[in-house]
Amino acid sequence: MTQWLTPEEWQVVGLSLRVALWATLASLPVGLAVAWLLARKRFWGHALLNGVVHLPLIMPPVVTGYLLLILFGRRGFFGELLAEIGIVFAFRWTGAALACAVMGFPLMVRAMRLSIEAVDRRLEAAAGTLGANPVMVFLTVTLPLILPGVLAGAILGFAKAMGEFGATITFVSNIPGETRTLPTAIYTYLNVPGGDAGAIRLTLISVALSLAALLVSEGLARRAARHVGGV
Amino acid sequence: MLDVSIDHHQGDFHLQAAFTAGAGLTALFGRSGSGKTTLVNVIAGLVKPEQGRIMVDGQTLVDTARRLFVAPHRRRVGYVFQEGRLFPHLTVRQNLRYGRWFTPAPERRAKFDDVIALLGIGALLDRHPASLSGGEKQRVAIGRALLASPRILLMDEPLAALDDARKAEILPYIERLRDEAGIPIVYVSHAVAEVVRLATTVVMMEGGRVAAAGPAAEVMARLGGLPLARGEAGAILDAQVREADDGYGLSLIATRAGDLRVPRLGLPVGARLRVQILARDVMIARRPPQEVSALNMLPGRIAEIGEPIGAGVDLRLDCFGVAVLAQITRRSLETLNLKVGESVTAVIKSVTFAGR
Repeated sequence: MTQWLTPEEWQVVGLSLRVALWATLASLPVGLAVAWLLARKRFWGHALLNGVVHLPLIMPPVVTGYLLLILFGRRGFFGELLAEIGIVFAFRWTGAALACAVMGFPLMVRAMRLSIEAVDRRLEAAAGTLGANPVMVFLTVTLPLILPGVLAGAILGFAKAMGEFGATITFVSNIPGETRTLPTAIYTYLNVPGGDAGAIRLTLISVALSLAALLVSEGLARRAARHVGGV
Repeated sequence: MLDVSIDHHQGDFHLQAAFTAGAGLTALFGRSGSGKTTLVNVIAGLVKPEQGRIMVDGQTLVDTARRLFVAPHRRRVGYVFQEGRLFPHLTVRQNLRYGRWFTPAPERRAKFDDVIALLGIGALLDRHPASLSGGEKQRVAIGRALLASPRILLMDEPLAALDDARKAEILPYIERLRDEAGIPIVYVSHAVAEVVRLATTVVMMEGGRVAAAGPAAEVMARLGGLPLARGEAGAILDAQVREADDGYGLSLIATRAGDLRVPRLGLPVGARLRVQILARDVMIARRPPQEVSALNMLPGRIAEIGEPIGAGVDLRLDCFGVAVLAQITRRSLETLNLKVGESVTAVIKSVTFAGR
Protein backbone atom coordinates (compact mmCIF):
# COMPACT_ATOMS: atom_id res chain seq x y z
CA MET A 1 0.00 0.00 0.00
CA THR A 2 2.89 2.38 0.76
CA GLN A 3 4.04 1.72 -2.79
CA TRP A 4 0.61 2.54 -4.06
CA LEU A 5 0.68 6.23 -3.07
CA THR A 6 3.60 8.58 -3.54
CA PRO A 7 5.04 10.29 -0.41
CA GLU A 8 3.44 13.54 -1.55
CA GLU A 9 0.08 11.83 -1.77
CA TRP A 10 0.49 10.36 1.72
CA GLN A 11 1.23 13.87 2.87
CA VAL A 12 -2.00 15.11 1.27
CA VAL A 13 -4.07 12.42 3.01
CA GLY A 14 -2.43 13.07 6.39
CA LEU A 15 -2.88 16.81 6.05
CA SER A 16 -6.53 16.44 5.07
CA LEU A 17 -7.24 14.29 8.12
CA ARG A 18 -5.38 16.73 10.38
CA VAL A 19 -7.23 19.76 8.97
CA ALA A 20 -10.63 18.07 9.19
CA LEU A 21 -10.01 16.77 12.71
CA TRP A 22 -8.95 20.16 14.02
CA ALA A 23 -11.77 21.93 12.21
CA THR A 24 -14.26 19.53 13.83
CA LEU A 25 -12.82 19.54 17.34
CA ALA A 26 -12.40 23.30 17.48
CA SER A 27 -15.90 24.08 16.21
CA LEU A 28 -17.63 21.42 18.35
CA PRO A 29 -17.90 23.42 21.61
CA VAL A 30 -18.69 26.66 19.77
CA GLY A 31 -21.27 24.88 17.64
CA LEU A 32 -22.91 23.34 20.69
CA ALA A 33 -23.08 26.71 22.44
CA VAL A 34 -24.59 28.42 19.39
CA ALA A 35 -27.05 25.56 18.84
CA TRP A 36 -28.07 25.86 22.50
CA LEU A 37 -28.59 29.62 22.20
CA LEU A 38 -30.67 29.24 19.03
CA ALA A 39 -32.75 26.36 20.40
CA ARG A 40 -33.38 27.59 23.94
CA LYS A 41 -32.98 31.32 24.22
CA ARG A 42 -35.00 34.15 22.78
CA PHE A 43 -32.92 37.31 22.60
CA TRP A 44 -32.45 40.42 20.53
CA GLY A 45 -30.48 39.41 17.42
CA HIS A 46 -31.67 35.78 17.45
CA ALA A 47 -32.61 35.93 13.77
CA LEU A 48 -29.36 37.73 12.92
CA LEU A 49 -27.22 35.10 14.65
CA ASN A 50 -29.18 32.37 12.90
CA GLY A 51 -28.57 34.11 9.58
CA VAL A 52 -24.85 34.60 10.13
CA VAL A 53 -24.42 30.95 11.12
CA HIS A 54 -26.14 29.82 7.93
CA LEU A 55 -24.42 32.27 5.58
CA PRO A 56 -21.54 29.92 4.57
CA LEU A 57 -24.16 27.41 3.44
CA ILE A 58 -25.77 29.90 1.08
CA MET A 59 -22.90 32.12 -0.10
CA PRO A 60 -20.55 30.95 -2.84
CA PRO A 61 -17.57 29.29 -1.08
CA VAL A 62 -15.21 31.65 -2.88
CA VAL A 63 -16.96 34.59 -1.19
CA THR A 64 -16.57 32.96 2.24
CA GLY A 65 -12.91 32.34 1.45
CA TYR A 66 -12.37 35.93 0.36
CA LEU A 67 -14.10 37.28 3.51
CA LEU A 68 -11.83 35.07 5.59
CA LEU A 69 -8.86 36.49 3.73
CA ILE A 70 -10.02 40.03 4.46
CA LEU A 71 -10.65 39.32 8.16
CA PHE A 72 -7.98 36.75 8.99
CA GLY A 73 -5.31 37.48 6.36
CA ARG A 74 -1.96 39.02 7.28
CA ARG A 75 -3.42 42.53 7.02
CA GLY A 76 -6.87 41.49 8.21
CA PHE A 77 -8.38 42.92 11.39
CA PHE A 78 -8.42 39.64 13.33
CA GLY A 79 -5.38 38.38 11.46
CA GLU A 80 -3.15 41.14 12.84
CA LEU A 81 -4.56 40.82 16.35
CA LEU A 82 -4.05 37.05 16.43
CA ALA A 83 -0.60 37.29 14.84
CA GLU A 84 0.54 39.21 17.92
CA ILE A 85 -0.21 36.21 20.13
CA GLY A 86 1.39 33.88 17.62
CA ILE A 87 -1.66 32.53 15.84
CA VAL A 88 -1.34 32.84 12.07
CA PHE A 89 -3.96 31.56 9.64
CA ALA A 90 -2.82 33.02 6.32
CA PHE A 91 -1.37 30.37 3.99
CA ARG A 92 -1.00 27.85 6.84
CA TRP A 93 -2.76 24.55 7.44
CA THR A 94 -4.44 26.26 10.41
CA GLY A 95 -6.09 28.59 7.90
CA ALA A 96 -7.34 25.58 5.98
CA ALA A 97 -8.80 24.24 9.23
CA LEU A 98 -10.49 27.60 9.90
CA ALA A 99 -12.00 27.68 6.40
CA CYS A 100 -13.25 24.09 6.78
CA ALA A 101 -14.66 24.84 10.25
CA VAL A 102 -16.58 27.86 9.00
CA MET A 103 -17.95 25.95 6.03
CA GLY A 104 -19.03 22.98 8.14
CA PHE A 105 -20.42 25.10 10.98
CA PRO A 106 -24.01 25.51 9.70
CA LEU A 107 -24.37 21.77 9.15
CA MET A 108 -23.06 21.04 12.63
CA VAL A 109 -25.24 23.65 14.36
CA ARG A 110 -28.32 22.49 12.49
CA ALA A 111 -27.99 18.86 13.57
CA MET A 112 -27.30 19.84 17.17
CA ARG A 113 -30.08 22.38 17.33
CA LEU A 114 -32.64 19.84 16.12
CA SER A 115 -31.57 17.36 18.79
CA ILE A 116 -31.67 20.02 21.54
CA GLU A 117 -35.17 21.02 20.46
CA ALA A 118 -36.24 17.37 20.62
CA VAL A 119 -35.26 17.01 24.28
CA ASP A 120 -38.22 16.63 26.62
CA ARG A 121 -37.71 19.61 28.91
CA ARG A 122 -39.92 18.02 31.53
CA LEU A 123 -37.06 15.61 32.18
CA GLU A 124 -34.83 18.59 32.96
CA ALA A 125 -37.45 19.97 35.35
CA ALA A 126 -37.60 16.55 37.03
CA ALA A 127 -33.81 16.56 37.45
CA GLY A 128 -34.09 19.99 39.04
CA THR A 129 -36.58 18.76 41.65
CA LEU A 130 -34.09 15.99 42.47
CA GLY A 131 -31.48 18.58 43.42
CA ALA A 132 -29.43 18.99 40.23
CA ASN A 133 -28.39 22.58 39.48
CA PRO A 134 -28.71 23.80 35.87
CA VAL A 135 -25.12 22.85 34.95
CA MET A 136 -25.54 19.34 36.35
CA VAL A 137 -28.91 19.03 34.58
CA PHE A 138 -27.14 19.80 31.32
CA LEU A 139 -24.29 17.37 31.95
CA THR A 140 -26.33 14.46 33.30
CA VAL A 141 -29.60 14.74 31.38
CA THR A 142 -29.49 17.06 28.37
CA LEU A 143 -26.03 16.16 27.04
CA PRO A 144 -26.56 12.37 27.12
CA LEU A 145 -29.93 12.82 25.41
CA ILE A 146 -28.56 15.02 22.61
CA LEU A 147 -25.40 12.96 22.14
CA PRO A 148 -26.65 11.27 18.94
CA GLY A 149 -27.34 14.71 17.45
CA VAL A 150 -23.99 16.08 18.59
CA LEU A 151 -22.21 13.10 17.02
CA ALA A 152 -24.19 13.45 13.81
CA GLY A 153 -23.28 17.15 13.71
CA ALA A 154 -19.61 16.40 14.30
CA ILE A 155 -19.50 13.78 11.57
CA LEU A 156 -21.26 16.11 9.14
CA GLY A 157 -18.75 18.83 9.98
CA PHE A 158 -15.86 16.39 9.53
CA ALA A 159 -17.17 15.17 6.18
CA LYS A 160 -17.68 18.74 5.00
CA ALA A 161 -14.11 19.59 6.11
CA MET A 162 -12.67 16.64 4.20
CA GLY A 163 -14.32 17.86 1.01
CA GLU A 164 -14.05 21.64 1.38
CA PHE A 165 -12.48 23.22 -1.69
CA GLY A 166 -13.60 26.73 -2.66
CA ALA A 167 -13.14 28.64 0.59
CA THR A 168 -9.90 26.83 1.38
CA ILE A 169 -8.19 27.51 -1.94
CA THR A 170 -9.33 31.15 -1.87
CA PHE A 171 -8.20 31.77 1.71
CA VAL A 172 -4.97 29.78 2.01
CA SER A 173 -4.21 28.84 -1.61
CA ASN A 174 -2.84 25.45 -2.64
CA ILE A 175 0.60 25.04 -1.07
CA PRO A 176 2.04 21.51 -1.12
CA GLY A 177 2.67 20.20 2.37
CA GLU A 178 0.91 23.16 4.01
CA THR A 179 -2.57 23.71 2.57
CA ARG A 180 -2.93 21.09 -0.17
CA THR A 181 -5.78 18.87 1.01
CA LEU A 182 -7.47 16.05 -0.92
CA PRO A 183 -9.82 18.18 -3.07
CA THR A 184 -7.14 20.72 -3.99
CA ALA A 185 -4.65 17.92 -4.72
CA ILE A 186 -7.15 16.23 -7.05
CA TYR A 187 -7.77 19.59 -8.69
CA THR A 188 -4.02 20.05 -9.15
CA TYR A 189 -3.60 16.59 -10.70
CA LEU A 190 -6.37 17.33 -13.15
CA ASN A 191 -4.53 20.45 -14.28
CA VAL A 192 -1.31 18.66 -15.21
CA PRO A 193 -0.91 16.34 -18.21
CA GLY A 194 -0.88 12.67 -17.14
CA GLY A 195 -2.23 13.45 -13.71
CA ASP A 196 -5.29 11.22 -14.17
CA ALA A 197 -3.83 8.23 -12.34
CA GLY A 198 -3.02 10.32 -9.29
CA ALA A 199 -6.45 11.92 -9.35
CA ILE A 200 -8.09 8.49 -9.45
CA ARG A 201 -6.00 7.24 -6.52
CA LEU A 202 -6.87 10.24 -4.37
CA THR A 203 -10.50 10.01 -5.43
CA LEU A 204 -10.64 6.39 -4.24
CA ILE A 205 -9.06 7.43 -0.92
CA SER A 206 -11.63 10.20 -0.66
CA VAL A 207 -14.52 7.80 -1.29
CA ALA A 208 -13.13 5.31 1.26
CA LEU A 209 -12.72 7.97 3.95
CA SER A 210 -16.21 9.34 3.37
CA LEU A 211 -17.69 5.87 3.57
CA ALA A 212 -15.76 5.10 6.77
CA ALA A 213 -16.96 8.35 8.36
CA LEU A 214 -20.54 7.50 7.41
CA LEU A 215 -20.32 3.97 8.85
CA VAL A 216 -18.74 5.20 12.08
CA SER A 217 -21.40 7.86 12.53
CA GLU A 218 -24.21 5.37 11.82
CA GLY A 219 -22.76 3.00 14.38
CA LEU A 220 -22.33 5.69 17.01
CA ALA A 221 -25.80 7.06 16.40
CA ARG A 222 -27.34 3.61 16.71
CA ARG A 223 -25.47 2.92 19.93
CA ALA A 224 -26.46 6.26 21.37
CA ALA A 225 -30.08 5.79 20.31
CA ARG A 226 -30.21 2.36 21.94
CA HIS A 227 -28.78 3.87 25.08
CA VAL A 228 -31.26 6.68 25.15
CA GLY A 229 -34.19 4.41 24.33
CA GLY A 230 -37.80 5.50 24.62
CA VAL A 231 -39.37 6.99 27.72
CA MET B 1 -44.96 20.66 57.70
CA LEU B 2 -45.89 22.68 54.63
CA ASP B 3 -47.51 26.09 54.74
CA VAL B 4 -48.67 27.62 51.45
CA SER B 5 -50.41 30.87 50.69
CA ILE B 6 -50.29 32.20 47.14
CA ASP B 7 -52.00 34.49 44.68
CA HIS B 8 -51.14 33.89 41.05
CA HIS B 9 -52.54 34.59 37.59
CA GLN B 10 -51.92 32.29 34.65
CA GLY B 11 -53.66 33.63 31.58
CA ASP B 12 -57.29 34.05 32.58
CA PHE B 13 -56.93 31.70 35.48
CA HIS B 14 -56.67 33.14 38.98
CA LEU B 15 -55.22 30.88 41.65
CA GLN B 16 -55.72 32.14 45.17
CA ALA B 17 -55.13 29.41 47.68
CA ALA B 18 -53.80 28.80 51.15
CA PHE B 19 -53.45 25.54 53.03
CA THR B 20 -51.18 23.63 55.36
CA ALA B 21 -50.15 20.01 55.07
CA GLY B 22 -48.89 18.09 58.07
CA ALA B 23 -48.22 14.44 58.75
CA GLY B 24 -49.85 11.85 56.50
CA LEU B 25 -51.31 12.42 53.07
CA THR B 26 -52.99 15.67 52.09
CA ALA B 27 -55.15 15.26 49.01
CA LEU B 28 -55.53 18.28 46.75
CA PHE B 29 -58.84 17.28 45.31
CA GLY B 30 -60.90 18.91 42.57
CA ARG B 31 -61.90 18.90 38.92
CA SER B 32 -59.37 19.32 36.12
CA GLY B 33 -58.58 22.98 35.78
CA SER B 34 -59.22 23.78 39.43
CA GLY B 35 -55.58 24.77 39.92
CA LYS B 36 -54.26 21.67 41.70
CA THR B 37 -51.27 21.08 39.44
CA THR B 38 -50.33 24.76 39.29
CA LEU B 39 -50.36 24.76 43.07
CA VAL B 40 -47.91 21.85 43.38
CA ASN B 41 -45.74 23.34 40.62
CA VAL B 42 -45.53 26.51 42.67
CA ILE B 43 -44.51 24.47 45.73
CA ALA B 44 -41.82 22.66 43.71
CA GLY B 45 -40.52 25.94 42.29
CA LEU B 46 -41.41 25.13 38.67
CA VAL B 47 -43.81 28.09 38.63
CA LYS B 48 -42.93 31.41 40.24
CA PRO B 49 -45.99 32.87 42.00
CA GLU B 50 -46.83 36.55 41.61
CA GLN B 51 -47.51 36.85 45.30
CA GLY B 52 -47.33 34.60 48.27
CA ARG B 53 -45.34 32.65 50.75
CA ILE B 54 -44.31 29.01 51.01
CA MET B 55 -42.69 27.47 54.05
CA VAL B 56 -41.42 23.94 54.63
CA ASP B 57 -40.29 22.81 58.07
CA GLY B 58 -39.83 26.42 59.14
CA GLN B 59 -37.70 27.36 56.13
CA THR B 60 -39.14 29.96 53.79
CA LEU B 61 -38.93 28.84 50.15
CA VAL B 62 -40.84 31.73 48.65
CA ASP B 63 -41.78 35.09 50.05
CA THR B 64 -42.63 37.61 47.37
CA ALA B 65 -42.84 40.40 49.96
CA ARG B 66 -39.14 39.82 50.73
CA ARG B 67 -38.30 38.99 47.08
CA LEU B 68 -37.22 35.56 48.21
CA PHE B 69 -37.31 32.66 45.76
CA VAL B 70 -35.36 29.46 46.44
CA ALA B 71 -34.40 27.68 43.20
CA PRO B 72 -36.11 24.30 42.65
CA HIS B 73 -32.89 22.30 43.07
CA ARG B 74 -32.27 23.81 46.50
CA ARG B 75 -35.76 23.11 47.89
CA ARG B 76 -35.48 19.41 48.67
CA VAL B 77 -39.10 18.96 47.69
CA GLY B 78 -39.76 15.56 46.07
CA TYR B 79 -42.03 15.45 43.03
CA VAL B 80 -43.67 12.42 41.44
CA PHE B 81 -45.04 13.45 38.05
CA GLN B 82 -48.10 12.09 36.33
CA GLU B 83 -45.97 10.66 33.51
CA GLY B 84 -43.12 9.36 35.64
CA ARG B 85 -40.41 11.28 33.80
CA LEU B 86 -37.74 8.65 34.35
CA PHE B 87 -34.42 9.38 32.64
CA PRO B 88 -34.45 7.15 29.55
CA HIS B 89 -30.64 6.99 29.26
CA LEU B 90 -30.15 5.65 32.78
CA THR B 91 -30.92 2.25 34.29
CA VAL B 92 -33.51 1.95 37.04
CA ARG B 93 -30.68 1.80 39.60
CA GLN B 94 -29.07 4.96 38.19
CA ASN B 95 -32.45 6.70 38.13
CA LEU B 96 -32.99 5.80 41.77
CA ARG B 97 -29.54 7.02 42.81
CA TYR B 98 -29.79 10.25 40.85
CA GLY B 99 -31.28 12.48 43.54
CA ARG B 100 -29.22 10.93 46.31
CA TRP B 101 -26.11 12.22 44.57
CA PHE B 102 -27.20 15.82 45.02
CA THR B 103 -28.42 15.44 48.60
CA PRO B 104 -26.02 16.80 51.22
CA ALA B 105 -24.46 13.80 53.01
CA PRO B 106 -25.86 14.50 56.50
CA GLU B 107 -29.38 14.74 55.08
CA ARG B 108 -29.39 11.40 53.26
CA ARG B 109 -31.99 9.83 55.49
CA ALA B 110 -33.61 7.54 52.93
CA LYS B 111 -31.96 4.11 52.78
CA PHE B 112 -31.66 2.55 49.35
CA ASP B 113 -32.55 -0.98 50.44
CA ASP B 114 -35.51 0.20 52.52
CA VAL B 115 -37.03 2.16 49.64
CA ILE B 116 -36.46 -0.73 47.22
CA ALA B 117 -38.24 -3.05 49.64
CA LEU B 118 -41.05 -0.59 50.34
CA LEU B 119 -41.83 -0.28 46.63
CA GLY B 120 -41.01 -3.84 45.59
CA ILE B 121 -38.69 -2.79 42.76
CA GLY B 122 -35.64 -4.92 43.62
CA ALA B 123 -36.01 -7.03 40.48
CA LEU B 124 -36.04 -4.02 38.16
CA LEU B 125 -32.73 -2.39 39.09
CA ASP B 126 -30.73 -3.31 36.00
CA ARG B 127 -33.44 -2.59 33.48
CA HIS B 128 -34.00 0.54 31.41
CA PRO B 129 -37.18 2.61 31.81
CA ALA B 130 -38.27 1.79 28.26
CA SER B 131 -38.75 -1.86 29.25
CA LEU B 132 -40.92 -1.15 32.32
CA SER B 133 -44.70 -1.29 32.53
CA GLY B 134 -46.60 1.88 33.45
CA GLY B 135 -47.07 0.72 37.03
CA GLU B 136 -43.41 -0.22 37.42
CA LYS B 137 -42.31 3.14 36.03
CA GLN B 138 -44.45 4.96 38.55
CA ARG B 139 -43.07 2.91 41.45
CA VAL B 140 -39.52 3.69 40.31
CA ALA B 141 -40.44 7.37 40.00
CA ILE B 142 -41.72 7.33 43.58
CA GLY B 143 -38.51 5.62 44.72
CA ARG B 144 -36.36 8.13 42.87
CA ALA B 145 -38.12 11.04 44.59
CA LEU B 146 -37.91 9.36 48.02
CA LEU B 147 -34.20 8.61 47.72
CA ALA B 148 -33.42 12.31 47.43
CA SER B 149 -34.62 12.41 51.09
CA PRO B 150 -37.12 15.21 50.45
CA ARG B 151 -38.76 17.13 53.27
CA ILE B 152 -42.14 16.80 51.60
CA LEU B 153 -43.34 14.70 48.68
CA LEU B 154 -45.59 16.07 45.94
CA MET B 155 -47.51 13.61 43.80
CA ASP B 156 -49.37 14.96 40.78
CA GLU B 157 -52.04 12.43 39.79
CA PRO B 158 -49.46 9.63 39.76
CA LEU B 159 -52.11 7.06 38.81
CA ALA B 160 -54.00 9.04 36.17
CA ALA B 161 -52.14 7.51 33.22
CA LEU B 162 -52.63 3.93 34.41
CA ASP B 163 -55.43 1.42 33.88
CA ASP B 164 -57.42 0.08 36.82
CA ALA B 165 -55.28 -3.02 37.28
CA ARG B 166 -52.08 -0.95 37.45
CA LYS B 167 -53.77 1.48 39.84
CA ALA B 168 -54.70 -1.36 42.13
CA GLU B 169 -51.08 -2.52 41.96
CA ILE B 170 -49.69 0.82 43.16
CA LEU B 171 -52.27 1.97 45.72
CA PRO B 172 -51.01 -0.32 48.51
CA TYR B 173 -47.50 1.10 48.05
CA ILE B 174 -48.76 4.65 48.42
CA GLU B 175 -50.61 3.60 51.58
CA ARG B 176 -47.38 2.19 53.00
CA LEU B 177 -45.57 5.34 51.97
CA ARG B 178 -48.11 7.45 53.85
CA ASP B 179 -47.76 5.32 56.97
CA GLU B 180 -44.02 4.59 56.90
CA ALA B 181 -42.10 7.31 55.03
CA GLY B 182 -42.62 9.88 57.77
CA ILE B 183 -42.84 12.90 55.47
CA PRO B 184 -45.91 14.92 54.55
CA ILE B 185 -47.31 13.95 51.14
CA VAL B 186 -49.32 16.32 48.96
CA TYR B 187 -51.34 14.20 46.55
CA VAL B 188 -53.16 15.76 43.62
CA SER B 189 -56.17 13.85 42.38
CA HIS B 190 -59.58 14.20 40.83
CA ALA B 191 -60.51 10.58 41.57
CA VAL B 192 -62.80 10.21 44.57
CA ALA B 193 -61.81 6.58 45.13
CA GLU B 194 -58.14 7.50 45.53
CA VAL B 195 -58.92 10.33 47.91
CA VAL B 196 -61.26 8.18 49.99
CA ARG B 197 -58.66 5.48 50.20
CA LEU B 198 -55.53 7.51 50.80
CA ALA B 199 -56.24 10.91 52.28
CA THR B 200 -55.57 11.89 55.86
CA THR B 201 -56.52 15.47 55.08
CA VAL B 202 -58.48 16.80 52.12
CA VAL B 203 -58.08 20.21 50.51
CA MET B 204 -60.88 20.67 48.05
CA MET B 205 -60.08 23.02 45.15
CA GLU B 206 -62.65 24.78 43.02
CA GLY B 207 -61.89 27.39 40.36
CA GLY B 208 -58.48 28.21 41.80
CA ARG B 209 -59.69 28.52 45.37
CA VAL B 210 -59.82 26.24 48.39
CA ALA B 211 -63.48 25.29 48.74
CA ALA B 212 -63.05 23.14 51.84
CA ALA B 213 -60.24 21.72 53.91
CA GLY B 214 -59.99 19.41 56.90
CA PRO B 215 -59.74 15.77 57.97
CA ALA B 216 -60.76 13.44 55.14
CA ALA B 217 -63.80 11.93 56.88
CA GLU B 218 -65.10 15.37 57.73
CA VAL B 219 -64.66 16.98 54.30
CA MET B 220 -66.00 14.00 52.41
CA ALA B 221 -69.09 13.92 54.64
CA ARG B 222 -70.10 17.52 53.98
CA LEU B 223 -73.42 17.93 52.24
CA GLY B 224 -73.66 20.03 49.11
CA GLY B 225 -70.78 21.87 47.56
CA LEU B 226 -69.08 18.57 46.87
CA PRO B 227 -67.77 18.47 43.30
CA LEU B 228 -68.73 14.83 43.21
CA ALA B 229 -70.86 12.97 40.78
CA ARG B 230 -73.99 11.88 42.60
CA GLY B 231 -73.52 8.34 43.74
CA GLU B 232 -69.90 8.93 44.66
CA ALA B 233 -70.67 10.75 47.89
CA GLY B 234 -70.34 8.74 51.05
CA ALA B 235 -68.94 8.55 54.54
CA ILE B 236 -65.44 7.29 55.31
CA LEU B 237 -64.98 5.23 58.49
CA ASP B 238 -61.79 3.97 60.08
CA ALA B 239 -62.21 0.43 61.36
CA GLN B 240 -60.45 -2.51 62.94
CA VAL B 241 -61.12 -6.20 62.37
CA ARG B 242 -62.75 -7.78 65.42
CA GLU B 243 -63.57 -11.26 64.10
CA ALA B 244 -61.90 -12.57 60.97
CA ASP B 245 -64.49 -15.04 59.62
CA ASP B 246 -67.72 -16.37 61.07
CA GLY B 247 -68.24 -19.34 58.76
CA TYR B 248 -70.48 -17.33 56.42
CA GLY B 249 -67.49 -15.59 54.82
CA LEU B 250 -68.16 -12.42 56.77
CA SER B 251 -65.78 -10.41 58.92
CA LEU B 252 -66.87 -8.31 61.88
CA ILE B 253 -65.24 -4.88 61.99
CA ALA B 254 -65.48 -2.27 64.70
CA THR B 255 -65.92 1.44 63.91
CA ARG B 256 -66.66 4.35 66.21
CA ALA B 257 -70.20 4.35 64.85
CA GLY B 258 -70.72 0.68 65.69
CA ASP B 259 -69.88 -2.83 64.48
CA LEU B 260 -70.33 -3.82 60.84
CA ARG B 261 -70.29 -7.15 59.02
CA VAL B 262 -68.50 -7.10 55.69
CA PRO B 263 -67.92 -9.97 53.28
CA ARG B 264 -64.62 -11.53 52.20
CA LEU B 265 -62.12 -9.22 53.84
CA GLY B 266 -59.28 -11.71 54.25
CA LEU B 267 -57.66 -9.58 56.92
CA PRO B 268 -56.44 -10.86 60.32
CA VAL B 269 -58.03 -9.83 63.62
CA GLY B 270 -56.69 -6.47 64.73
CA ALA B 271 -55.91 -5.23 61.19
CA ARG B 272 -56.81 -1.61 60.57
CA LEU B 273 -58.74 -0.62 57.48
CA ARG B 274 -60.85 2.12 56.01
CA VAL B 275 -64.33 1.56 54.67
CA GLN B 276 -66.71 3.73 52.72
CA ILE B 277 -70.47 3.74 53.01
CA LEU B 278 -71.96 5.35 49.92
CA ALA B 279 -74.88 7.62 50.63
CA ARG B 280 -77.03 5.81 48.06
CA ASP B 281 -76.54 2.53 49.97
CA VAL B 282 -78.06 3.88 53.18
CA MET B 283 -81.79 3.70 54.01
CA ILE B 284 -83.36 5.55 56.91
CA ALA B 285 -85.79 3.90 59.37
CA ARG B 286 -87.55 5.62 62.25
CA ARG B 287 -87.26 2.45 64.37
CA PRO B 288 -84.82 -0.44 63.95
CA PRO B 289 -86.62 -2.59 61.35
CA GLN B 290 -87.43 -6.23 62.13
CA GLU B 291 -86.75 -9.21 59.87
CA VAL B 292 -84.84 -7.48 57.11
CA SER B 293 -81.98 -8.92 55.10
CA ALA B 294 -79.62 -6.01 55.71
CA LEU B 295 -76.89 -7.04 58.18
CA ASN B 296 -75.71 -3.62 59.21
CA MET B 297 -77.65 -0.98 61.06
CA LEU B 298 -76.26 2.01 62.87
CA PRO B 299 -78.25 4.16 65.29
CA GLY B 300 -77.76 7.88 64.82
CA ARG B 301 -79.18 11.36 64.97
CA ILE B 302 -80.04 13.52 61.97
CA ALA B 303 -77.40 16.25 62.00
CA GLU B 304 -78.18 17.99 58.73
CA ILE B 305 -80.68 17.86 55.90
CA GLY B 306 -79.25 19.01 52.56
CA GLU B 307 -80.81 20.98 49.74
CA PRO B 308 -83.09 18.79 47.58
CA ILE B 309 -81.55 17.74 44.27
CA GLY B 310 -84.20 16.53 41.84
CA ALA B 311 -86.27 13.89 43.58
CA GLY B 312 -83.59 13.21 46.18
CA VAL B 313 -82.19 14.76 49.29
CA ASP B 314 -79.03 14.04 51.26
CA LEU B 315 -78.97 13.59 55.04
CA ARG B 316 -75.99 13.65 57.32
CA LEU B 317 -76.35 11.46 60.41
CA ASP B 318 -74.26 11.71 63.51
CA CYS B 319 -73.53 8.17 64.69
CA PHE B 320 -71.56 8.47 67.93
CA GLY B 321 -69.59 11.36 66.51
CA VAL B 322 -69.04 9.83 63.09
CA ALA B 323 -70.73 11.24 60.00
CA VAL B 324 -72.76 8.83 57.88
CA LEU B 325 -74.44 10.11 54.72
CA ALA B 326 -77.76 8.91 53.40
CA GLN B 327 -79.48 9.64 50.13
CA ILE B 328 -83.28 9.37 50.27
CA THR B 329 -86.17 10.76 48.24
CA ARG B 330 -87.91 14.02 49.11
CA ARG B 331 -91.11 12.00 49.32
CA SER B 332 -89.64 9.76 52.04
CA LEU B 333 -88.38 12.81 53.90
CA GLU B 334 -91.94 14.16 54.02
CA THR B 335 -93.70 10.85 54.66
CA LEU B 336 -91.44 10.04 57.60
CA ASN B 337 -91.52 13.69 58.65
CA LEU B 338 -87.81 13.67 59.44
CA LYS B 339 -86.34 16.64 61.32
CA VAL B 340 -82.85 17.63 62.39
CA GLY B 341 -82.03 16.24 65.84
CA GLU B 342 -84.27 13.18 65.63
CA SER B 343 -82.99 9.68 66.31
CA VAL B 344 -83.18 7.23 63.44
CA THR B 345 -81.56 4.01 62.26
CA ALA B 346 -79.32 3.88 59.23
CA VAL B 347 -79.90 0.61 57.36
CA ILE B 348 -76.79 -0.07 55.34
CA LYS B 349 -77.03 -2.15 52.20
CA SER B 350 -73.32 -2.37 51.47
CA VAL B 351 -69.96 -1.38 52.89
CA THR B 352 -67.03 -0.84 50.54
CA PHE B 353 -63.48 -1.69 51.50
CA ALA B 354 -61.57 1.53 50.78
CA GLY B 355 -58.01 0.79 51.84
CA ARG B 356 -55.66 -0.17 54.63
